[in-house]
This record gives sequence, structure tokens and C-alpha cells, in this order.
Amino acid sequence: MHPVARIASRTVVLPADNVDTDQIIPARFLTGTRTDGLGASLFADWRRDRAGALRPEFPLNRPEAEGARILVAGANFGCGSSREHAPWALADHGFAAVVSPSIADIFKGNAVRNGLVPVEIEPSAHRQLVSRPGAEIVIDVEAGTVSLPDGGSARFELPPFARRCLLTGRGPLDFLLEQEPAILRYEQGKDDAAEAP
Amino acid sequence: MTPEQPRTLFDKIWDAHEAVPAGPDHPAVIYVDTHLIHEVTSPQAFALLRKRGLRVRRPDRTWATVDHSIPTRFVEGRPAFLNRATRNQVQTLERNCEEHGVPLFRMGDPGQGIVHVIGPELGLTQPGRTIVCGDSHTSTHGAFGAWAFGIGTTEVAQVLATQCLLQERPRTLGIEISGRLGAGVSAKDLILGVIRRFGVAAGRGHVIEYRGGAVRALDMEARMTLCNMSIEAGARAGLIAPDETTFAYLEGREHVPSGDAFAGLVARWRRLPTDEGAAFDRLLSFDAGSLEPMVTWGTNPGMSCGISEAVPAPADAEERAALDYMGIEAGRPLLGRPADVVFIGSCTNARISDLRAAARVLAGRRTNPATQLLVVPGSAKVRRQAEAEGLDEVFRSAGAEWRAPGCSMCIAMNGDRLSPKELAVSTSNRNFEGRQGPGGRTVLASPVTAAASALAGAVADPRPFLQD
Repeated sequence: MHPVARIASRTVVLPADNVDTDQIIPARFLTGTRTDGLGASLFADWRRDRAGALRPEFPLNRPEAEGARILVAGANFGCGSSREHAPWALADHGFAAVVSPSIADIFKGNAVRNGLVPVEIEPSAHRQLVSRPGAEIVIDVEAGTVSLPDGGSARFELPPFARRCLLTGRGPLDFLLEQEPAILRYEQGKDDAAEAP
Repeated sequence: MTPEQPRTLFDKIWDAHEAVPAGPDHPAVIYVDTHLIHEVTSPQAFALLRKRGLRVRRPDRTWATVDHSIPTRFVEGRPAFLNRATRNQVQTLERNCEEHGVPLFRMGDPGQGIVHVIGPELGLTQPGRTIVCGDSHTSTHGAFGAWAFGIGTTEVAQVLATQCLLQERPRTLGIEISGRLGAGVSAKDLILGVIRRFGVAAGRGHVIEYRGGAVRALDMEARMTLCNMSIEAGARAGLIAPDETTFAYLEGREHVPSGDAFAGLVARWRRLPTDEGAAFDRLLSFDAGSLEPMVTWGTNPGMSCGISEAVPAPADAEERAALDYMGIEAGRPLLGRPADVVFIGSCTNARISDLRAAARVLAGRRTNPATQLLVVPGSAKVRRQAEAEGLDEVFRSAGAEWRAPGCSMCIAMNGDRLSPKELAVSTSNRNFEGRQGPGGRTVLASPVTAAASALAGAVADPRPFLQD
């Protein structure tokens, strides 16, 4: 996980609501044992037809999407399965942030732990971004702001710990490992006879 | 929070599992009592442990099974793996479990099965526990009054290494369900009705507690079906307070102590239900009495209607796209829509009561020859029980394929899948585009509706088949 403080990029807009993780990466691509190389399967059944040819009309396939690092998505993005392959595929494709009016719970956490910034903004700001595909915008992780095409900006919230993870590139595992003495104390305090798994 | 203050079931479990309370710059460290793992979302977690030189901290609190990508068919006595990759995933889990001393239920083991079927079966799922698994349907275990939720693979690694997770405290959503389910209407129809009414994002940021007379009246397996699809309402977890039904289910199970120890546990479990006057962040209510058997017509679990109801006119572009994908016309019921496949299985509806219900419809009848019926028990134990009761014979005589336990066509990773434009009436939990095979179309329904549809060769109302 690399630190991420500021993302300046064009946007790709995929306005559908309730895009589930089966669309982000279909289950038949989950048979591997690695976290890399999944970008080729990102939105596989939307990007390609049954014969495997790219669908030119799909937003990610348009020439202006080349190199874009910000995905503007609809509400409840990433709902469904807990597969972390979804943020792995988005990051492997080159995305650094997802901007949406609302992002599903499990996906949001998985995104942060992979340095993919989940940006939840109010609907009016979101509508502006949806109406301007390819706009150049800047996401400031520290300040919690997104610049908008009309010159304004929108705020987004992140829990302080999630923000620190993104800014430092240091995930929760290190923090948890440092808690070992407290975890051990808690464990010893449990009624082991009754609580044994 | 002072002890006298009334608390919800969820509050009590949270409070008992804060190994480290939240601080100004970090969320709470929550202790995990039981960690379930499977072959698809664990290999990268073990790889991370290896890279960091870490061990599984509590192999005695960790249980592994194979379910997602395994075959449910055998050819010449050998499991018919889809390809080398799926076989490799299973072998990787075997090696990881061996290296770290984690108990594993392999294919063919008497305890093997879908992770959310075997946890309760073995008595690993108990009231008041925290249970996690790299699978969003971990919410199933909430039926026992456990806080159970799906996690990502990086979190699987965290739990393997520390037995803990960092958690922002979710809000609580009480859903009060009144009324009585009608004949032929099941917990599956109930949860589909709830999701239709409140939406697929209603539970986002919340833990649901299902409450009320209609919930109390459900047996444990029906409660599991209800909690299973909490994630389809957007909530990571859905809970039901433990009661006599829960205790009776658990007594005598392999990992549940007996005698005085059991009595002691029950005494503690009785203190778990939400206190009188405890506040939920949000409350909703639902009348179960008004439901008829439900079927989905679209591409998310909120797009459903009653079996005799006309498919509603699309309200927006998303619904228009869904109808288009499904090849379904609004304005008339789904009844009679030909079904290429009927799938009875999954962590939602592949327990013994589900199979009994389906068998009741199928007994002495034959499926429509144009429809393939696949019955996939949720676990080896369910399979044995069904065979002891002769249900396998009922299924086979009706024309069904009786398979080995696994997730099978719910997630379509193992080769059990639809061809493009084929339609399945399925007892699983997700009707997303391509979920059961690229281009495949899924109608979610209960086991009796699925069974009736296999007989009719088309989406059918189960109720005429249930009259004695």
C-alpha cells in the first residue's frame, strides 16, 4: 500500500446506482491466489462482449478514459460480495479513487486498506461530476476536498484512522500488532471455560 | 455507557468485545471469537502472513472449509474440478491449514459444507459471539444473536495474525416484523419483501436487529435465511435475539458444552436480548401477513414482486436496464415465464428444512423435461440427513440431479452455471447480472417456489402444490 495524499486526474463516469462487486469483477476471475493482475478482469462483462471484443461505448473503453485515475460512480457502489478482488482490480487498472454519493460498507473498508480513496460527496456535487465526464479534478485526502468543474469544491468525510492509513500507506495490521499486550490481557480476562470456541 | 442504561443486543456484544476501546485517532479493537475461512478469500491473507513472518495467533478459534470453487460432481469417483486454478485454490488452503494448524473440512469430510451452513451445524455459532469470515453472507450467523459479518481478505489476515479487527461502531436499525406468514410463504419471501420495501441500501452503516412476533415464530433455519440476506439490504450484519428456539437448536451440538456448562451458557445467553427501552438509531416496521410468495424480476434483490402481481413499470433507467437484461416485460406477472434451470441450494436455502419443503412439492411428481433441476445440499451433514429421510430419492425420481455440497450455482465458480440468456429460478441470494454465469438470468425465490417452477417448467406459484 502506497501513501496517497493528492490525486489530480481526469474522471471516468459510470453513473449507474447499485453497481455490485460481481460487476466490478465477476466471480469466475476469483480463482487465483494473488492480489495483482486483476485489472484485466475489471468490469469484464461490461467492457467486453461475449466474443471478448471491447465494447467501444463502455465509458472505460473510450479514448479519453485512458490514464484516468478517478472513477465517478453511482450510489451504493460496491454492494454485494465482500471480495477484496474488487478494489484490487480497480487499483490494478490504475484507479486511485472512487467518487460516489454513497459507497457500500464492506467495499469502502476494503478500498481504504488498498490505498483506493473512497470519496462520498453530496448529490448536487456528484451530479455536477456526472454531467462532466472527463473533467480534470483534484482530490485532497488530507483536507477532505474534491475540486469541482465549476470551480467550487465538495467536502468528503473519512474516519481519522482511515485518513491516516491513506496518507501514510500504513495499514491497520501494524497498529493491531502493536496492540498485542492489550489483546492478551483481554483474552486472559475472558471466561475461557464458557467462551472456548 | 453505565451498566444500568438499557442496551440493545448489539450494544451488549460490542461492549463485551472491545479489547481496546476507540481512541481519538483509532477505532475500537474488536476481539473475534470465531473465524471461518474458505479457499477463495484466504490465500492472499496467508501469503501476507508469510511475507510478514507472522503465524496464525489462535488456530483453535479458526475453522476452514472448502465450498466456493469446489465441484459438486464426481467423474469416475474423482471430483470434477473446473480447471487447474480452482484445484490449486483448494490445495493452497490445505497447505496453509496444515502449516498453521488450522482445522480444515476437506471435500468428502463428514463436516464439510458451505461455511455458513456448517458453523451453526457444529455449534460454532453461538449467541453473543463475534464471528467473521471473508464472505458477505456471514450475516447468516446473526440468527443466533451473534454479531457476524463479512470481511475482506486483508482483514482475514488481520484476524489470523491478531484475532482482532479495527471497527468503527455501526449504527443500529431495528426492524419490527408483525403478522403471520401465510401458507407457502417462507423466510425467503419475508426477506425479499423487506428488501423490496426498504431498498438494497437501507442497512448501509447499520447492524439490523429483526424483532417482533413474526421473527420469534421462525425456526432457526428460517431465521438463518432471514439474516443471510441482511447484506442484500446493505447491512453487514443482521441479528435475532436468542430464545428457547435458539437454545434447543444448540443443545447437544458438537462444539456446545453439555450439562451444567450448557445451563451456565444459557443463563448468560438469556441476558443478551435488547433491554426494554433501549434505543435503536433507526426503527422500521413490516407486516409479514400481507406477503405472498416472492420472485425477483430484475438484477438486484430489491427488484421483486409477489408471484401473482404484475411486474411493475420501470421507475428509472436502472430498472429499465434490469428488465432489458432479464428479457422481462413489465405489466404482467412472471408466472409462466419458462425456466431453463431450477437451482435449490446456497447458504440461503440449502438446509434440511429447505430440502424437506422442496421435496414436499416434488414428491410423486416429475419435473418438466425442458427444465434442469439441480439440488445441492448445504453440507455433508444435510446431505446425509436428506438421504436418511429418502429425500434424495424424491429428488431423483422427480428428475433432479442430487449433488455434493458446495456453493455451486449460487456463485458459479465451479462450472455449475447458466449459459447466456438462460433463466434460473434459484433459491440463492443474488440476482446480479451474470451472477450464475455470464449473461445468465436469475429469479430469486423460496425452495417451494423453485420446486413448483421445476414441475411447471416455468415460474410457478407453489401454493397449489402444497394443498393436502
